[in-house]
Amino acid sequence: MHVHHGQESQPGFLTQPQLNDHLLHRLHDLQTRFRHIPQPSIAELAEELQLPITQVEAVIDFYAFFHRQPRGQTDILFSNCTSCGDLALMQQLCDRLQVEPEQTRADGRISIGQASCIGMCDHGPSALVNGIPLTSITAELIEQMAALIESDTPVASWPENWFRVGNHIRKEGLLLSESFEPGSALKSMRGRNRDQLLEAITASGLKGRGGAGFSTGMKWQFCRDAESTTRYVVCNADEGEPGTFKDRILLNSHADEVFEGMTICGHIIGATQGYLYLRGEYRYLLDALNTTLQRRRDAGLLGANILGEGIDFDIAIVVGAGAYICGEESALIESMEQKPGIPRIRPPFPVTCGFRNQPTVVNNVETLAAAANIILRGHEWFETRGTWQSRGSKLLSVSGDCARPGIYEVAFGVTIEDILHDCGATDVQAVQVGGPSGSLVGPDKFSHCIAFEDIATGGSFMIFNHTRDLLDIIGKFTRFFAHESCGFCTPCRVGTTLLNNGMQKICSGHGTAHDVDELARTAALVSRRSHCGLGITAANPIRDGLKHFPQLFEARLLHQEMEPEFNLDASLAEARKLTRRDDAEAHL
Amino acid sequence: MSKVRVATTSLAGCFGCHMSFLDMDERIVGLLEHVEFSRSPINDIKHCEPCDIGLVEGALCNADNVHVLREFRENCKILIAVGACAINGGVPAMRNHFSLQECLEEAFLDEIGVDNPHIPNDVEIPLLLSKVHPLHEVVKVDYYLPGCPPPADAFVKILTDLLEGREPALPKNMLHYD
Amino acid sequence: MSSINIDGTDVPFEPGQTIMDAALAAGVYIPHLCHKPGISPHGSCKLCTVDVNGRAVSACTMAAAEGQKIENNTPALNEVRKSITQMLFIEGNHLCPSCEKTGDCTLQAVGYHLGMLDGHYPQFYPRREVDASHPSLVLDRDRCIMCELCVRASREVDGKDVFAIGGRGTGRHLIVNSATGKLADSDITTDDLAAHICPVGAILIKDHGYEVPIGRRTFDLHSVAETDLGEVKLTKTRHHDE
Repeated sequence: MHVHHGQESQPGFLTQPQLNDHLLHRLHDLQTRFRHIPQPSIAELAEELQLPITQVEAVIDFYAFFHRQPRGQTDILFSNCTSCGDLALMQQLCDRLQVEPEQTRADGRISIGQASCIGMCDHGPSALVNGIPLTSITAELIEQMAALIESDTPVASWPENWFRVGNHIRKEGLLLSESFEPGSALKSMRGRNRDQLLEAITASGLKGRGGAGFSTGMKWQFCRDAESTTRYVVCNADEGEPGTFKDRILLNSHADEVFEGMTICGHIIGATQGYLYLRGEYRYLLDALNTTLQRRRDAGLLGANILGEGIDFDIAIVVGAGAYICGEESALIESMEQKPGIPRIRPPFPVTCGFRNQPTVVNNVETLAAAANIILRGHEWFETRGTWQSRGSKLLSVSGDCARPGIYEVAFGVTIEDILHDCGATDVQAVQVGGPSGSLVGPDKFSHCIAFEDIATGGSFMIFNHTRDLLDIIGKFTRFFAHESCGFCTPCRVGTTLLNNGMQKICSGHGTAHDVDELARTAALVSRRSHCGLGITAANPIRDGLKHFPQLFEARLLHQEMEPEFNLDASLAEARKLTRRDDAEAHL
Repeated sequence: MSKVRVATTSLAGCFGCHMSFLDMDERIVGLLEHVEFSRSPINDIKHCEPCDIGLVEGALCNADNVHVLREFRENCKILIAVGACAINGGVPAMRNHFSLQECLEEAFLDEIGVDNPHIPNDVEIPLLLSKVHPLHEVVKVDYYLPGCPPPADAFVKILTDLLEGREPALPKNMLHYD
Repeated sequence: MSSINIDGTDVPFEPGQTIMDAALAAGVYIPHLCHKPGISPHGSCKLCTVDVNGRAVSACTMAAAEGQKIENNTPALNEVRKSITQMLFIEGNHLCPSCEKTGDCTLQAVGYHLGMLDGHYPQFYPRREVDASHPSLVLDRDRCIMCELCVRASREVDGKDVFAIGGRGTGRHLIVNSATGKLADSDITTDDLAAHICPVGAILIKDHGYEVPIGRRTFDLHSVAETDLGEVKLTKTRHHDE
């Protein structure tokens, strides 16, 4: 998996900025055209792209948006996120159109399925309709959708306002309150050498906004100092953590800052090629992003000899295809290399051996936007907000049970209580900070702060009031990880499925104290022994739940020594049907 | 001192474990000084009385297997899963590769030479579970004796240990899954 | 020479060696399934998980470094490894009595070494495809443990690219590099290391099953490790991760 055959290092400057021949893009084209990847096209594509057939096959089966069997002319994927999903609405549409979930109706007109969080958590129940987000779905809207589908109305002719995606910026802080003139940060570099620019980033104390919080200045320095002639800058826009949508807003309204941050990073570390890895769920932003890139090229802010300063740098966009794991930086790089997104062995880290085995900086969207502003406004500007260990501001994606979901740019150090007050959340049972991989926080910890030294977060902030079944939510989060595990290492591949099975057993009222013990035991193993961050955090919802909300588990348990691992009576159903028996002995 | 009561049964198994048990040959005489058998194919007693030790061979493949296993669990202080089938489904679990419908149609409808093809549905015949399962997925199992079958020496060892009040253990060379 | 410390014993290492390399060179057994000297390390089975200065790492991928204090052969770690081995057993269909590899299977031998009695977890009983298309090889995916030794052996040693893993999560499965996806249409031969390297019974040479009588097979005569547990308790034990 980590042998990079057929991918020799090459200077990437200005080669195919549109990446038309990228395997993920070609498969997307096939999927769009034929509603699936036809078997004969696999060998053809492999030959044309000079890739092993197995690589094409593996990629098709790895990414959720590629299918072997035809999907419907209208393919609807309902988010199953606790904030932007409502599977009752999915069922309503299925019932209305008489189609089973994940199956294409016989007339080929419709298929309906699930997707992990699509980043529309501030819009209520949402779905991807032929890849485009349709937001704020209600039961009435489902009826209208059904009518359009039955009347064979192409999605392009559906009411435009159904697909409206707003920014919902509720609170502007350090970053969002400033207006940004494209090119201004680049121009401000004049008169400063690379060391001075790097020093500005380092001095600002900027840490990675994806959640891990590694020093951005150090990352750039490690990459700059790594032995090589070719380096890359990658912007991680694979915002897959359920409940996070702040990158969507940045890419929608602050793309210049992000691209400028990448360009500055390229200049500092000595890279001439940058890539933005955009999650497949945000493909609807692609045209606008490419337009921005072209506008920047036309304005001399991208391409050869930027601003006449002899800086060469260009940016191309790679679009993912439905895989949470690709948010992990080394999995993202594998995906950029046209492979399944399987995290690499680390060390070596991407800063020394990343894309095409060259030193690579992978930064979060928000980190790069902040970096551009730090260069423009100085590190002192940045330090006016936040705590000493967590300087600056953080964009929070607030969703769930509150009056005003949306983007809140807060200074690090803000308490959970304050945020709940700002967004109009009452009767709060718990907050999931940092998404399912983060922490489940109860009222006893609402006085804690959002900061790397207290409760760290990539930005997801999901609120659950007392009407919610928190155990069921833990179950949903656990199912999410089982679905998204890449399957590379045993503890995560098998363990996340065991955890999911265990949680579903307990949630459905069939668990015993023994099952809870087993869950805790497996959770400990998965957390400690997995290959990457996904496995290491996959049991967080269960572990936090058992620690802070044990009564939720206890209340659902059967008070007996053991309950079978499967439903005995249901296990006889097939035999009952085949024998047409329904006597007393035909049940357990 | 009253004797230790032992029950044994074979669910979806081949009785190979029982045969191996009997391979202890003359040592069974010594064992009978301390042990008396309740329900067992060895003596044809049909129901399990309250016992100290239950040895269960075979997997769960039908409703009757579940009833018998539950009878054993309710009556035996110590329940021992004996052999590969009891522990992970073993050879009977090879049918899990197919759906129940495929299995029954192959056996009773499509197989060459089938006379009067129909899927048996007499109420006396226990219904098959959709999949074959090991014992510990349905009841709590106290000890596991792997092997296909476990050697006679392993039966002697586990029973002797239990009779003498020790936590049962096997010498390493006696542990195998085949 | 520099050294690392494994379970209280100093073990020398040379620059470039992993913890596993150094341990194996010194005759210290660290349980493993996806590792094979001479093939690039993989770090996927996680059986070689060790605690280095308190941190869990894979011995096969972590470079040996001066000052590493490594816990390896401890009851707690062996219990964790037993759980991982059980996970490998229950996610596939490992029915030893009906497998031609029995007695020569490393997964089985690791189970013996760790005193594994049962699968512990509920069985997944997946339905996986068998590929018997090749005249002299059979691919039984029921027994595949996703170690990718065949994948790596084919690429690195045989100079081919016959195998890969497709799918994701528990849906991962071995795929074959040919237009039909069948082994018969690939360029594998019985001379390839990939045809022989499988630690379990997933890739087998046809017509050679059960040639060695019971009692004389590899793991009838040998333990998978130098060091071994003398006795197996027949009751469940627990691991102590936390």
